[in-house]
Amino acid sequence: MNIPNIPVLIPAVFLFAALLIPILGYWKRSLCIYPALGASGLAVFYSASGLLHTVEHGYVSYHLSGWVPPIGIEYILDPLSAFICLVITSVTTIVLIHSRRIVRFETPDKEMPFYSLAMLLLMGLTGMVMTGDFFNLYVFLEISALAGYALVAIGDKRAPMAAFKYLTLGTAGAAFYLLGVAFIFISTGTLNMADNAAVIHHVDHTIPVMIGLSLIVLGTGLKMALFPMHAWMPDAYSYASSSATALIAPIGTKVSAYVLLRIMFDVFDPSYSAQQLPLAQIVGYLGAIGVIWGSILAISQKELKTMLAYSSVAQVGYIGIGIGLASPLGFIGAVLHILNHACMKACLFLISGNLRFRLGHSWIPRFEDSLRITMPWTAVAFVVAAISMIGLPPTAGFFSKWYLALGSIEQGSWIFLVVLLVSSLLNAVYFFRIMEKMYIRPQTEEMLKAQAQEESPAWGRKEAPWSMLGPVLLLAVSLLALGIFNVWIVTNFIEFMIPTGL
Amino acid sequence: MLELIHGHYAYFFLMLLLVIGLYAMMMKKNLMKKIMGMSMVQSAVILVWIVSAYKHGGTVPILDKSIPVENPDLYINPLPHTLMLTAIVVAVVTLGLSFALIVAIYRNFKSLDEPTILKRMK
Repeated sequence: MNIPNIPVLIPAVFLFAALLIPILGYWKRSLCIYPALGASGLAVFYSASGLLHTVEHGYVSYHLSGWVPPIGIEYILDPLSAFICLVITSVTTIVLIHSRRIVRFETPDKEMPFYSLAMLLLMGLTGMVMTGDFFNLYVFLEISALAGYALVAIGDKRAPMAAFKYLTLGTAGAAFYLLGVAFIFISTGTLNMADNAAVIHHVDHTIPVMIGLSLIVLGTGLKMALFPMHAWMPDAYSYASSSATALIAPIGTKVSAYVLLRIMFDVFDPSYSAQQLPLAQIVGYLGAIGVIWGSILAISQKELKTMLAYSSVAQVGYIGIGIGLASPLGFIGAVLHILNHACMKACLFLISGNLRFRLGHSWIPRFEDSLRITMPWTAVAFVVAAISMIGLPPTAGFFSKWYLALGSIEQGSWIFLVVLLVSSLLNAVYFFRIMEKMYIRPQTEEMLKAQAQEESPAWGRKEAPWSMLGPVLLLAVSLLALGIFNVWIVTNFIEFMIPTGL
Repeated sequence: MLELIHGHYAYFFLMLLLVIGLYAMMMKKNLMKKIMGMSMVQSAVILVWIVSAYKHGGTVPILDKSIPVENPDLYINPLPHTLMLTAIVVAVVTLGLSFALIVAIYRNFKSLDEPTILKRMK
């Protein structure tokens, strides 16, 4: 096994695939998906073996081109980064399997740029997770963001405008991050995260460091779509193609949340970023407002994808609450929610892709009873994912909220507890609304007529093909499995990630 | 106070540039002007790094036999400059991508005015 090289191998595999795809695509367009699938499968294997190794033997540090850390760039594989990498790569693999048919259907002749950009996006995201250097993180942040803008722009007619909005706000976020790093670099003279963690307590009372950390949190918050900086997200997610949304939505914002966890609790002392400078609290309260705001706006949406995008604003808020609690339970809740939400949102966006593939729309007022007969498995998967989003046991969504609720009770933050409970009710409102349409609402005249004729193409089983249904069902089953085995995940993996001093 | 301004006046101007850029990004209706604002924000951040590397009395960081290496105060810090080369590349790529998007937007909506585009998007 190649354990010492894993930190750099994961981004490198994606970079290699991103370069290979245009060459293959020039020769034969239908081959484009296979390097992408191979690269993400390999990355899943690497991150899984890395996770098992780091849980047992501690972290792995890779020195890029042999330069020793404070001078050179360091890549770190520890339980947290390996875990986030595993979540990213496995969700991506499932989405890529699903994407084969729908990319050809929704954006014909764009397979080559789509898969190449997807690989660049993944390279940026896994690089952000792996790197232990502030400036290298900025470079990866921009790589993933630029690939993300281009991916969003491959969509319908309105997609370039959504991508433009995403680009201006995302660039501002990255600029704030870079400015914050400048202030910290001026104060400590080092860009290495571990080196910074060692010396930062000498200077953390000075104003430049305070401003620097605040700017970093602001920039990452913009990338994470934390309320009120979420304006780019709903448009970008609703106008991009189904596969692009399913790639970006579950993982893109989560990696920024990971960066926040890393910088606030690992580089800086948790007591510093939570008490001395109440940034964690601010993130928590913004998250709480985002949870309520996103849920309320989601209720009023008529398009399934837009609704899911607004619910992403709310779900990012849960992670914000976990950060805001700044306690072990809050940390477990936040990390578990990164995993659970990645699976739930991927599942729901893939379902909206299936509906678009078969019905040609995902317009909620037009859903009706016949869906349960024409697409039974998609409907079942939707119900499982929706129950998980609402947070009913034994699905995965319940347990991350459970840890967050325990954390808020432990700290006496009753506001967060109220927000968690109210948001579950709001989630129930907007998901039961769709389930009611899928299972109970009587069919329209046309569909009844079609049913009477039996032969009509509008009636009968129209389930999505297996390459699209399989990933959806896999994610739906995984939601149940993650819920049932959550204690195993928490005790075996997440407890090793809790930063010292939290 | 006067000393603070005298010692840091470059930073004050750069913050002003940053704020102007942010203003243009948020308030201007024309997409081209938004991009100009975005470019200003990026330039301001890059210049903050460059200014931070400057030392009074230091020289360019190229090894000179007549200037002893033992005293780092005689050379300005080369690291921010090299880092900012990467940041400039990123800024150029962002600019290129945003122009490509603007071309696509103009083809789809025949306008670069934000309210008009939003009206035509409905």
